Amino acid sequence: MSFGPHLLLATLEGLVTAAVLALTALGLSLVFGVMRVVNVAHGEFFMLGAVLAWFFSTLVTGSPATGFLLALVLSPLVVGLVALVCERTVLRRLNYDPEATIVATIGMLYIIQQLALTFYGPEARPVQAPFSLRIALPWFGYSGYKLAVIAASIGLILATWLVLTRTRIGLIMRATQFDRETAQNFGIPVDKVYAAVFALGAMLAAVAAVLIVPIQQAHYLMGLDPLLLSFIVVIIGGLGSLRGTVVAAVLIGLSDGIISVFFSPTLAKMIATLLVALVLVFRPQGLFGQAAR
Amino acid sequence: MSEKRSKTSILTGNVSRRTALKGLGASAGLTLAPGFVRYAQAQSSEPIRIGFQAHRTGIGAAYGRWYERTTMAAAKAINAAGGINGRPLEIVTEDDGTDPKRGAEVVEKFASQHKVDVVYGTLFSHVVVGAAPTAGELKMPYYVVSEGYHVASGKLNRYVFQPGITDVKAQVSSMAPWVTSNLGKKVTMIFPDYAFGHDHRDFFTEAVKAQGGEVIKHVPIPPTESSFTRYFPQIPSDTEVLYHVMVGPAVLTFVKELGEFYGGGGPKLFGFIDSLEAVDMASPGLEFLDGSHFWEGMPRYLQADAPDYVKAYRDAVGIDQNGASVDDPKDVSTAAHMFGCWETLYVIKAAMEAAGYQGPGDRQKLIEATEAMTEFAAGPEHPQGKKIFNGKLHQCFGHQYISQVSGGRLEVVHRTEIEDSMYEPEGDYTTQSL
Repeated sequence: MSFGPHLLLATLEGLVTAAVLALTALGLSLVFGVMRVVNVAHGEFFMLGAVLAWFFSTLVTGSPATGFLLALVLSPLVVGLVALVCERTVLRRLNYDPEATIVATIGMLYIIQQLALTFYGPEARPVQAPFSLRIALPWFGYSGYKLAVIAASIGLILATWLVLTRTRIGLIMRATQFDRETAQNFGIPVDKVYAAVFALGAMLAAVAAVLIVPIQQAHYLMGLDPLLLSFIVVIIGGLGSLRGTVVAAVLIGLSDGIISVFFSPTLAKMIATLLVALVLVFRPQGLFGQAAR
Repeated sequence: MSEKRSKTSILTGNVSRRTALKGLGASAGLTLAPGFVRYAQAQSSEPIRIGFQAHRTGIGAAYGRWYERTTMAAAKAINAAGGINGRPLEIVTEDDGTDPKRGAEVVEKFASQHKVDVVYGTLFSHVVVGAAPTAGELKMPYYVVSEGYHVASGKLNRYVFQPGITDVKAQVSSMAPWVTSNLGKKVTMIFPDYAFGHDHRDFFTEAVKAQGGEVIKHVPIPPTESSFTRYFPQIPSDTEVLYHVMVGPAVLTFVKELGEFYGGGGPKLFGFIDSLEAVDMASPGLEFLDGSHFWEGMPRYLQADAPDYVKAYRDAVGIDQNGASVDDPKDVSTAAHMFGCWETLYVIKAAMEAAGYQGPGDRQKLIEATEAMTEFAAGPEHPQGKKIFNGKLHQCFGHQYISQVSGGRLEVVHRTEIEDSMYEPEGDYTTQSL
């Protein structure tokens, strides 16, 4: 295959990775930014989203689009609910202490993973894409659904951005992120904001998972990769920065796509990890993060 | 009053450590107790215990599920026919998580805790390679159903056998002539980047060369990969045959993406059924496979000329005409591999009977009796077909099937001869001391 089409394929693949990664990492970044909680169980919310997508899509028969849309609506809601319960019963009781919450979320990671293994089983199960369209380019064919994933992800990120910058809820979240105590003094129910943010973070991961599950398959161990990549993205972009997260996700996604097509996937992972190390040494707050006050 | 107190303690989470320990101790005692009772009985009426190392979880779970069903069906059949040496057969299953470290621990647990007679079962090559040294150290006979070349390579030890399934080297070298003469001589290979894939890479490349063909490109894929499109541009455009073998939970993604990439065009496809094991051929997105060829260890779909003993075997395991579970047509079996469990259990039975096996003290006799075997006739005990067993290599040799996808089914188009798959032995386990 000649260079041009080769690069096109690499870019498309990279964009799909970036799209899903941006959504997942956004959830992680939001939770850290507002609550200062490093949520190690974030990848498991992603996995739970995929597993539930399989469950909901099997409830309805007929057109695969119905099942998929049902999953797209219900799966994030259920995951958000699970996250809410986790937040109320675990994180709040720990007073959001940074060290304690890391350990607690590691525990949540294993509990969610093992529950999925117990009730869903060890199999990888497919969810049918809402439509099957193969776009035949002169050099290779490409899945139309993958392009739809990129579009959907851009839409969702824009929506999140609008909510954070243009709505009252977003203002409250940003105020809480800026200074928890002052926000509380101004009558912002910080406690409720925390619960909502944690649920929202998990829901973003779940939406990303529902989008990816017709491409990959739902499997109880699928949460690890998105978690690691999200951490990489969030560290590079700057914890708590929406813009940084999106830019870093596109950067990591594209470089992963292009480097792994032209060289090797292992090299792509090495470069991403190296980038993290460089950012941590030279700009610890991340590319777009603000230095700690 | 006591009732009130206990209620309070539970509510406030103050269940004392001592109470919890007592509970733990009691449940541990419950699981241990039957062991003591059992050993009070006479040795002769004791069941023969076979430790079954199963991929219940992890990336090999689909295989593990069907290996377990086949094993249980075979054990039931053996017991219904009077057991082994007149003693009932008992299968003790432990999950190895498709993980080499856990695999070795499971072998140890079988030896020290379950006190089994032999260990048997597992598939994934890295688990076998990880667990084999432990079996050797514990002098525990270890019968694997793994299909890798590691047993026949002579690099494991005298306690490891593979009598129920052929190895990759035999499989690919017997099929290469068919591939080069029917599909094409310029081959590109896609395979998982670890021991099992490397066996394919090395032996198929060699075998194609021997046939005057050429493998023009190797495309290794990391075992944890979940997306494959990015690898396909590496396939040279003058490729005539694309040889693919993939394992793990992402196989369906792999085949689907291959279809998206090539559509109906592209090179001819020759795949190991591993790329589609436990996957429904009727899955949306797989239509492009029609007309392509697959290796099968044993046909998934019931063939028109299948002998009665094949039908009996399929009924016993519980698979329908399409190779799916009789209870759930969506639960597709790993038919091309799991027959090895059935056959291996019958080999263990025959070897134990030949050795007059009484208990763990006779393990060395059992090893020697297994090594003395030479041939297994096709029939109810060996439904996949006749096998020749090489006691020095601890490996069996048998027929291979090449099937073509037509109308969403796999139809056998070629069966290799056993002799096609024989190669120069590289090792001799019988020279090792017991």
